[in-house]
Amino acid sequence: MHPAFSVIFLTTLIGAAQGLFLALFTAQSYAAFKLLPQPDAHAFYGQGSLLALVLLVAGLAASFFHLGHPERAWRAAAKWRTSWLSREVIVLPAFMGVVFLYGLAHWLDWHPVLMTLPGGLPVDPSAILGVAGTVLAFALFVCTAMIYACLKFLAEWHSPLTVINYILLGGASGFTLAAAFAAATAPELVGFLAGWAAIITLLGLLSRGASLIRNARLKPKSTLQTAIGIKHPKIVQKTQGFMGGSFNTREFFHGRPVAVLRGVKWFFILGVFLVPLPLLLAGMQGGVALLAGAFAMQYLGLLAERWYFFAQANHPQNLYYQSIA
Amino acid sequence: MTQLALVIDLNVCVGCQACVTSCKEWNTSGEAGPMGDQNPYGADPTGTFFNRVQTFEVGEFPNTETVHFPKSCLHCEDPPCVPVCPTGASYKRKEDGIVLVDYDKCIGCKYCSWACPYGARELDEQQQVMKKCTLCVDRIYDMTMAEADRKPSCVKACPTSARLFGDVHDPESAVSIAIRESGGYALMPEWGTHPANHYLPRRKTRIKIHEDELERADNPLKVDRQLPKPAMSEPTLDDVTTW
Repeated sequence: MHPAFSVIFLTTLIGAAQGLFLALFTAQSYAAFKLLPQPDAHAFYGQGSLLALVLLVAGLAASFFHLGHPERAWRAAAKWRTSWLSREVIVLPAFMGVVFLYGLAHWLDWHPVLMTLPGGLPVDPSAILGVAGTVLAFALFVCTAMIYACLKFLAEWHSPLTVINYILLGGASGFTLAAAFAAATAPELVGFLAGWAAIITLLGLLSRGASLIRNARLKPKSTLQTAIGIKHPKIVQKTQGFMGGSFNTREFFHGRPVAVLRGVKWFFILGVFLVPLPLLLAGMQGGVALLAGAFAMQYLGLLAERWYFFAQANHPQNLYYQSIA
Repeated sequence: MTQLALVIDLNVCVGCQACVTSCKEWNTSGEAGPMGDQNPYGADPTGTFFNRVQTFEVGEFPNTETVHFPKSCLHCEDPPCVPVCPTGASYKRKEDGIVLVDYDKCIGCKYCSWACPYGARELDEQQQVMKKCTLCVDRIYDMTMAEADRKPSCVKACPTSARLFGDVHDPESAVSIAIRESGGYALMPEWGTHPANHYLPRRKTRIKIHEDELERADNPLKVDRQLPKPAMSEPTLDDVTTW
């Protein structure tokens, strides 16, 4: 497939935002149970939500560049019963709304006790919004990933690993960003967040590594024989029927040499996993520069990872577009 | 239920591209808008087409065959491009099984083209909506046309009658009989899309002549002759009489 930068930015930006929100609410939950010191809610949760919201808006804006008719984008909410893309279009704004309200509740220090849990734990609106946001964040990860994983003839994508990767890679970049953000606004949480960022990054390395190994062993189900229905071991296309390009030759081919693909793959393995991991571990003691560097590196790596994700997918329609004569 | 479809006979297709140009001509002139071309007279022309004819070489020299392969939307009975559409612009008509795109609802997200294993859909660069073969839906129901003309443009254009059009759910239709009796098959059956369009395979016309068929067993001249039988090179009754 031809990697589209609009979709690369959409998936990486909202992934980081979802991870950041999950990190914020994880910290809040730990603090509520007195497992972590209570940070400055106004600065950490409020501004952190704002940061997540900025990323979400940027991702949403990037997605519009993928559309031929952005002014009709509202129509995309129609077919949520059958289309994962439609579901994403519904869940994304819902998640943005909850992140906004969650941030607002902290920003305005609006903490009336709505109910009390059996352990004597007070529940305020931010806790309820946090739970709702967590559910929506995971729902959004699943929707985004299922857009790709549900396409059965794109074998590289058609795997539960796709969903796991989107969750773990989004989570890793979000927790790394949360750690860097905490280093500036809530130093008492840095060790906790950077530690979790390192753990999720490590899990992401395992699942992304597993999908790389899986994809390297895939054998295409469709062949030239099934594509034109002729049973002969030797079939060669002499002409695809036209000499200039078409949508079919532009949208489904990345058009880069194998060496570029291999280079991008190693760049993202280094950038997403191997470089940020030591930086995160070193940053657990604090250090805005270290952690900001870890996030910058990981985000760059994720751009490459997403580019590779698209480029690696081999569409069966390509069988019909092999030769010009 | 009706399922309109094309049956394409690879045995008689000569790869003349008449169906490609007639398709483009008809569909670019319709009320649904033009099928845009970019840079048509430049070095790298491109444009929207619903139908292409490709050429494959099967076998190894000297035992090769050239197969011309017309390719358009197959109007799958279980179209994977339809459920993925977020707006409902992509749909399959209940009444005749044609898979269509509502150009006024399409947002141009290209997702349906990813979900088609055949590469049957093309984004029109000019209109920025997804386009594909409509089976000339604006032609086949046009009662102002003579009945013989109510067929897809490509079918009308084919000089060798390689393209048949009809209802593949009607067992007595010409297309159903062709599929049944000439070994019609579907493309990429491994994906379970159940394409409505079928292809008829290459066929060899061979006659096996047995030795005894070369000699007329009922030839009276030979039957009545005295033994030994005359040689095969001697004239028979057929050769010496005109009656």
